[in-house]
Amino acid sequence: MTERGLRLLLLASVFTIATCGLIYELIAGTIASYLLGDSVLQFSTVIGVYLFAMGIGSWLSRYVEKNLLGVFIQVEFLIALFGGSAAAVLFGLFAHVSSFRVLLYAIVLLIGTLVGLEIPLLLRILKDRLQFKDLISKVFTFDYIGALLASLLFPLVLVPHFGLARSGFLFGILNGGVGLVALWALWDQVPRARLLRINGVAVLALLACGFVFSERIVSWSEAAAFGEDVIFSKSTPYQRITLTRHADDLRLYLNGNLQFSARDEYRYHEALVHPGLARLPHARRVLVLGGGDGLAVREILRYPHLESVTLVDLDPAMTRLFSTQEVLTRLNHSAFASSKVHVVNADAFTWLKDNREMFDFIVADFPDPSNFSIGKLYTTAFYQRARTALAQEGAMVIQCTSPFVAPKSFWCIDETLRACGLVTEPYHAYVPSFGEWGFILASPRALGGPWRLPPGLRFLEEKNVASLREFPPDMARVPTEVNRLNNQALVRYFEAEWARYTHQ
Amino acid sequence: MKSTRREFLATAGAGAAAMLTGCKKPRPRFSGSILGPALAAGHRMRDGSFPPPTETIEAGVAIVGGGIAGLAAAHQLDKKGARDFLLLELERDPGGNAACGRNAVSAYPWGAHYVPLPNDEATEVLALFEELGITRGRDANGAPIYHEEYLCADPMERLFDAGRWQEGLLPQLGIGPDDRRQYERFFAEMETFRQTLGADGRHAFAIPLDESSRDEALLALDQATMAAWMTKRGFTSKPLRWHVDYCCRDDYGAGMENISAWAGVHYFAARRGRAANADHDAVVTWPEGNGWLARRLAEPLGQRVRGGCVVFNLEQNNSGVAVDFFDLARQRSVRLRARGVVCAAPRFVAQRIVRGLAPVTGLEYSPWMVANVTLALLPAGRGAPLAWDNVVRGSASLGYVVATHQNLHPVPHETVLTHYWPLDASAPPEERQRALTRTHADWCDLIVADLARVHPGIDAHIRNLDVWLWGHGMVRPVPGFIWGETRQRMQPPHGAIVFAHSDMSGISIFEEAFTRGTRAADSLLALIS
Ligand SMILES: Cc1cc2nc3c(=O)[nH]c(=O)nc-3n(C[C@H](O)[C@H](O)[C@H](O)COP(=O)(O)OP(=O)(O)OC[C@H]3O[C@@H](n4cnc5c(N)ncnc54)[C@H](O)[C@@H]3O)c2cc1C
Repeated sequence: MTERGLRLLLLASVFTIATCGLIYELIAGTIASYLLGDSVLQFSTVIGVYLFAMGIGSWLSRYVEKNLLGVFIQVEFLIALFGGSAAAVLFGLFAHVSSFRVLLYAIVLLIGTLVGLEIPLLLRILKDRLQFKDLISKVFTFDYIGALLASLLFPLVLVPHFGLARSGFLFGILNGGVGLVALWALWDQVPRARLLRINGVAVLALLACGFVFSERIVSWSEAAAFGEDVIFSKSTPYQRITLTRHADDLRLYLNGNLQFSARDEYRYHEALVHPGLARLPHARRVLVLGGGDGLAVREILRYPHLESVTLVDLDPAMTRLFSTQEVLTRLNHSAFASSKVHVVNADAFTWLKDNREMFDFIVADFPDPSNFSIGKLYTTAFYQRARTALAQEGAMVIQCTSPFVAPKSFWCIDETLRACGLVTEPYHAYVPSFGEWGFILASPRALGGPWRLPPGLRFLEEKNVASLREFPPDMARVPTEVNRLNNQALVRYFEAEWARYTHQ
Repeated sequence: MKSTRREFLATAGAGAAAMLTGCKKPRPRFSGSILGPALAAGHRMRDGSFPPPTETIEAGVAIVGGGIAGLAAAHQLDKKGARDFLLLELERDPGGNAACGRNAVSAYPWGAHYVPLPNDEATEVLALFEELGITRGRDANGAPIYHEEYLCADPMERLFDAGRWQEGLLPQLGIGPDDRRQYERFFAEMETFRQTLGADGRHAFAIPLDESSRDEALLALDQATMAAWMTKRGFTSKPLRWHVDYCCRDDYGAGMENISAWAGVHYFAARRGRAANADHDAVVTWPEGNGWLARRLAEPLGQRVRGGCVVFNLEQNNSGVAVDFFDLARQRSVRLRARGVVCAAPRFVAQRIVRGLAPVTGLEYSPWMVANVTLALLPAGRGAPLAWDNVVRGSASLGYVVATHQNLHPVPHETVLTHYWPLDASAPPEERQRALTRTHADWCDLIVADLARVHPGIDAHIRNLDVWLWGHGMVRPVPGFIWGETRQRMQPPHGAIVFAHSDMSGISIFEEAFTRGTRAADSLLALIS
C-alpha cells in the first residue's frame, strides 16, 4: 500500500474510533439513567468518569515504547470486545448483581481507559508520516466529526432501530473491523501478526453472535413489542416480569400487561389506598394481597399510627426486585425496608385459609381477571375468606379494572362483594396510562367518618374525593351475575369487554 | 425429582435393547406400575384356599366391605348409637371404587370422582352433605347453599372435536341444522321425562332409583337398548348419538348398544338437584374425587375400620353370623362372631362367600382402566382452555380429568391427569382377560397414544404413570336388569345378613351406594333388636 493510502486509512480509523468511542459513552450513560433513574445525574457522572478514564488511558500510553502498531491493534480488539458487549452485559447482569453501580463504573472505567489509549497511540504512529500541525489538525478534525456523527446517529437511528444492546454490538464490530483492516494493511510491520489476527477474528465472531442473538439476551422482540427499551425481563415460574424505560418513564409489565407507569402510578396508588385508610383512624394492621411492587405499601406507610403491614405476593422474584433495585426502591420509597412491613411469598387464597390474624384494612391489588386462575381471586369464595381476616370495623379495597371499558366486569365485582354481605362503595379515578380506573371499598359496616388524608399526596385532596364516587351514565351500574368459582362470570365478562375494546 | 434416575436408566436400557434388536425407535418408558385392587387376595377367595380361623373375636355387627355402601352403614350405626361394630375391608384403605392416591403433586382419584347435586328425595345424601359442610343451610327457597370450593370450578368440561377444543360436551362445531333440531328435540324429551310423574304419582326417574315410578309404560323402556330407543325415536344425528353413547359409557362403563333405554334416559332425566349458588347441572368434586368423601366417612370410625382383611366365609348360625376373614398383615384367619352383618361387598363376591345364598344369574360388570398421569406441565391446546373434564370425540377412552383443577393456587406448574377408559370393546370377560395380560409398558403405549392425539409431544412431560385395573368396576344396567327378576332377587336379607351395594340398584353412583348402606344399617338394627 502507498504511504498516502496508509495515511488515509489511519485517518479513517480515527473517524471510526471517535464515533465508536462516543457511542459507548452514550450507551453507558443511557443505561445508567434507565437502570438507576435520574438521567441528569447518571449522564454527567458517566461522562465524567469516562473522560477521566480517557485521561488515564492517555497517560498510560507513555509506557508503550515498542511495537506501537501491535499494541494499537490489540487495543482496538479489546475496545471492540468490552465496548461492544457492555450494553448486553449490563442488562444481563442488572438483576443479578448486588451493586450495579460498581459494575457499571468498572466497565465505564475500562472502556474509557482503552479509548483514551487510542488517539495518543495513533498520533505517535502517524507522527513520522505527517507534519506536526497537519497531524494535530487532521486527527482532531476527524475525531470531532466522528463525535458529531455519533451524537446524531445514536438518538435518531440506533436506539429506535436497534436498541441499546444491538447498537453496542454493531459498533463493537466496526471497532474490531478497524483493527483488522489496519492489521491487513500493515501486515509486514506488525510482529506476531498471525496471533493478532486470531484475536481479532475471535472478537468479531463473538460480537456478531451477540448481534444476532441479542434478541435472546435482552428480548429484542419484546423491545419491539413494547416500543420501549426493555431494561429487565425475566420469566419466573409465575409470570413474565418486564421493566421498560422510555425517556423519563419506567413501566412494569406482567405477562405483557401494563401494571404501572412511573409517570402516573401515584394516581392509581393514592386512589387505591387513601379513600379507605384515610377514614380508618383506628387502623393498626394492614394486609396487602398482591402488589409486589410495594407501591401500595408506600402509600400505606404514610400513616404513622399503623403498626404493621403484611404483604402477601405470590412471586418472590417480584418482591426481591422491588426491594433491591435502586430505580425501583426509589419509586416505592424503599417500602420493603420498613421494619413495619412483612413480606410473605405465598398464594393469597391459600395463605388466607391458614391465616388467623385480623386486619383493619385489606388491599387486594391483583392483576385484572383475564384468566380463570386469576379470576378465582375475585370470587365470593375468595371474598368470604378475606372477610374472615377483616375486623368488624375495618374495610377492604379491591382494584377492579376499568368501569369505562369493562362496566359489566366492574359491577360484577361489586355484585359479588355484596353477595358476601359486604357494604360496597365503588369509585374511580383517572390514571392517564390506564384510562378511567375503578376501585371498590367493601366493609362489614358502612364507612362513615371524615377523611384524614396524610400530607404529601399529589392527586387526592379532601375537596375532590366526593367526585370519585360519581358515576356518569357511560359507567353506570349494570345488572350482572355474582362471580363464583363455579361460574367464573367475571372472566367471561372481562374477556368479552376488553376484546371489544381492543379490536375497535 | 426422584424418578429421573430411574427414568434415565429405563430409557438407556430401552435404547440398548433397541440397538440390539436392529435399531427400532426405542419406545419411551415411564416410571409407575399397575396397581390394585388386591387381585391375589381376590383369586384366593375364589379358590377358597384360606386357612381355617385360629382366633375368635366378637362384635355386635360386622360390615363386609368398606366401599361407600359399607362406610355409609358404619356411619349410620355410629349415628344410631350402635357403636359396637367392625368393618372389614380387603384393601388396605377403605373407599372401594371411590379409592384415591396421592403424590408430591396432587391427590387424585382411582375411580369415582364427583357427585352431582343430590335430588331432594336423596334425603340421606343431603343430610350427609350438611354434616360434612358440603352444604351450609338453605336459602329462602329451600335450595341448599353449597360450599363454593367443593363445587366444580369453572370451566367444567371441554370437548376436542374437529381439530379444536370447545366448551361443553355436546359437539357444536360443524353441526348441521338437522343435528341442531335433533339436539333440541332430544333435550326437550328428556326435560319432559324429568318432569313426568307416573300413574303412581312418583317421579318417572328418581335417585335413589327405587323411588322411581313403577308405571308400566315407563318400565317398558327397560326392555330395549338405549341405541334401539334412539333409533325408534328418530334420533339419528351422529353427534347426538356420540354424545349419548359417551354419557352411557361414562356412567355405566358401557355404550348405548349395551345398556337399557331406561338406564340411558335415567342419566338425562333423573337429576333435579338444586343449589342456592350454582346451576342445576353443577357437581361437587375434590382433587382426590370421592376419596374425599370416603376419608371423611372413615376418619371418625377409627379402629373400627380394618383394612387388609379378606372375608371368605359368612355362615348363619343360632347365635348370629360367623364371619371368617384372612388378616393379610398377620397372615392368619380370624373368626368374627356378630349378631348381624351388613354385606357391602359386590354381589358377585357375596354369593361366593355367603353360605347357602342362591346365586343370581345375568349380573354383568363393566371392566375399567384408570390411569393417573403425573405431568410437568399443564396441557393446553387450541380453542377452549383446560377444563376439569376433557373429552376427545372419537377416542376409545373417556378423556381425562385434571386432579389439580379444584386447587386454588393460581399457577400450578405440575398436574396429575386421571385418564378414564371403560373397557367395552368386547364382552366383559374377554376384556378382563386381555387387560390382565397387558404389561405396564403396554398400557403406557395405549394411554400415551390416546393423550398424544390431542397433546402431541406430551410424553416428554410425563413424570409418572400409574395404572389401576377394575375388573368389575360397575354393574351394567343391561336391558331387563333394573326392573327384572335378577335385581329383585338381590334385595332381601339372608337371615341376619343384610345386603348393601350399588350393584343392587343396577346403576353405580354415590347416591345409590350411600343410601343403600344407610338403609341397610337401619334394617339390620330392626332385624336384630
Ligand atoms: C372407574 C370408576 C369411576 C366411577 N366414577 C363415579 C363417579 O364419578 N361418581 C359416582 O357417583 N360414581 C362413580 N363410580 C361408581 C362407584 O362405584 C360408586 O359411586 C360407589 O363408590 C360404589 O360404592 P359401593 O360401596 O357400592 O361399592 P364398592 O366401591 O365396590 O365397595 C365394595 C367394597 O367391598 C370390598 N370387598 C370386596 N370383597 C371383599 C371381601 N371379600 N372382603 C372384604 N372386603 C371386600 C371392596 O374392596 C370394596 O371396598 C365409578 C366407578 C368406577 C369403577
